[in-house]
Amino acid sequence: MDQFLLIALNGLTLGAVYFLVASGLTLIFGLMRVITMAHGTSYLLGGYLGYVVARETGNWFLGALGGAVAVGILGLLIHQLLIRRFQDDDMRVALITLGVSLIGTDLMLATFGGTATQVPLPPELQIGLELPGIGQYPLIRLLILAVSIAVGVGLWLFVNRTRFGSIVRAGVDDSQMTSATGINVRVVFALIFVLGSALAGFAGVVGGTLFPLLPGQDGTYLLFSLVVVIVGGMGSIPGAAIGAALVGLISQFSLVFAPTYSLVLTFALMVVVLAFRPQGILGRRTATA
Amino acid sequence: MTTSPDPLFRVSNLNVSYGRVHVLQDVSFEMGVEPLGMVGRNGMGKTTLVNAIAGMLPAQSGSIEFEGRDVANKAPFQVTRAGIGYVPQGRRIFPSLTVHEHLTMVGAKKSARWNPDAIYELFPRLAERKKNGGGALSGGEQQMLAIGRALLTNPRLLVMDEPSEGLAPAVVDHLADVFRRVVSEGQAVLLVEQNLRFAAELCDRILVMVNGRIAADLPAAEIAGDPEVQSRYLGVV
Repeated sequence: MDQFLLIALNGLTLGAVYFLVASGLTLIFGLMRVITMAHGTSYLLGGYLGYVVARETGNWFLGALGGAVAVGILGLLIHQLLIRRFQDDDMRVALITLGVSLIGTDLMLATFGGTATQVPLPPELQIGLELPGIGQYPLIRLLILAVSIAVGVGLWLFVNRTRFGSIVRAGVDDSQMTSATGINVRVVFALIFVLGSALAGFAGVVGGTLFPLLPGQDGTYLLFSLVVVIVGGMGSIPGAAIGAALVGLISQFSLVFAPTYSLVLTFALMVVVLAFRPQGILGRRTATA
Repeated sequence: MTTSPDPLFRVSNLNVSYGRVHVLQDVSFEMGVEPLGMVGRNGMGKTTLVNAIAGMLPAQSGSIEFEGRDVANKAPFQVTRAGIGYVPQGRRIFPSLTVHEHLTMVGAKKSARWNPDAIYELFPRLAERKKNGGGALSGGEQQMLAIGRALLTNPRLLVMDEPSEGLAPAVVDHLADVFRRVVSEGQAVLLVEQNLRFAAELCDRILVMVNGRIAADLPAAEIAGDPEVQSRYLGVV
């Protein structure tokens, strides 16, 4: 029983990291339908930058802020210089962002090397918490779970309860008509791209605190966040939360009970969901393909 | 055609094509604050004209002047900010937004003539449907919402494309009342319609579009009371 709870909690906290990465992707890919292959690159770069800032300043929060802001600004540049003019051409956007991710991977390998690094955590957070039924559990994992729930609730409120959120949803429904209400939709979409990238950068710092940062993780996190967004339903923030929790739980439980099939089971989840709900768990069925 | 020194709105020699099809051919007209109707059969270029005015289609040549500024080939949001409100054909309601969100997203100032409360006062039906999604509305309610959304930009010219299309006669009558009320406040309106009776009832002056050209510019009474004119331009009696 203790072990079961421990694995479940591990799965949920891993899911929390997946959710942070996927929340950015569900805005960019799920909502705006911009196919970005550079999302994992944003994650890993955010992690490395957060590591550098946190090491130099000794402040984890500055690291998290720095990773998010820097990756957000880079996202703005990528969107304005490379993606904007091809926004309606999915294949080109996918290839351009794939190119960005390939270049980014090699640049990061050249800059940060191939050995594992981890974002340093202040000692006062490196403690365990006594949990009933589990025993000692790292405080930082629980904090990250809390942070990702807060980010999820905040994003949901932002998209569903603010004027800017209404504009974003209207822009996704019919961008020309949204423009005809006097709103510069291009600016709105650029801001969403920045926000999505910044969330990936922030997720990189958080993930790089729990797990080592390594070359190749950009691809892994891109893949897992795509699975989360597709399983949860495109553009749905609660859907991404459910998808992330499922992917996290499956990967942790299978690591213990069926380690050989860990990755297979994650994709089996996607296959099963797509077979029964092609639009994802909380996705809306759209008329257009 | 008479040319006044500075009309509110003037289209001059406007040419618009879809690919190789030359849809609008040297369209010229002007209007002041009095409502102007434009009628024509399907496929004559009415919606193309409205789309070009709203910034959704590029103009090959010619100008669209509003209050002395050329708004041809501007983006839709720039046309709207210049003061032209747009009620599209087919309403183009956002399915992901509730009625209330449609009205608040436009960002009208509280002090402006048209703010969400004023729209609810104009269309009490919308106030009852405040929390409903855009996709759950009837055609008439969608049309009210599309008009409300355009009014919220507090336009000095309102361009409406086929507002009566597909609506029950009682709803069309209600829209006509609203139209008169808005016009009586001095709102300039360009009403593009296939429904001649509706247009002639609301506008004193009617333009007829045939094959991408303005074929006639007539007082409404003349065209409404003359079956021969109607069959010549509209092919209906």
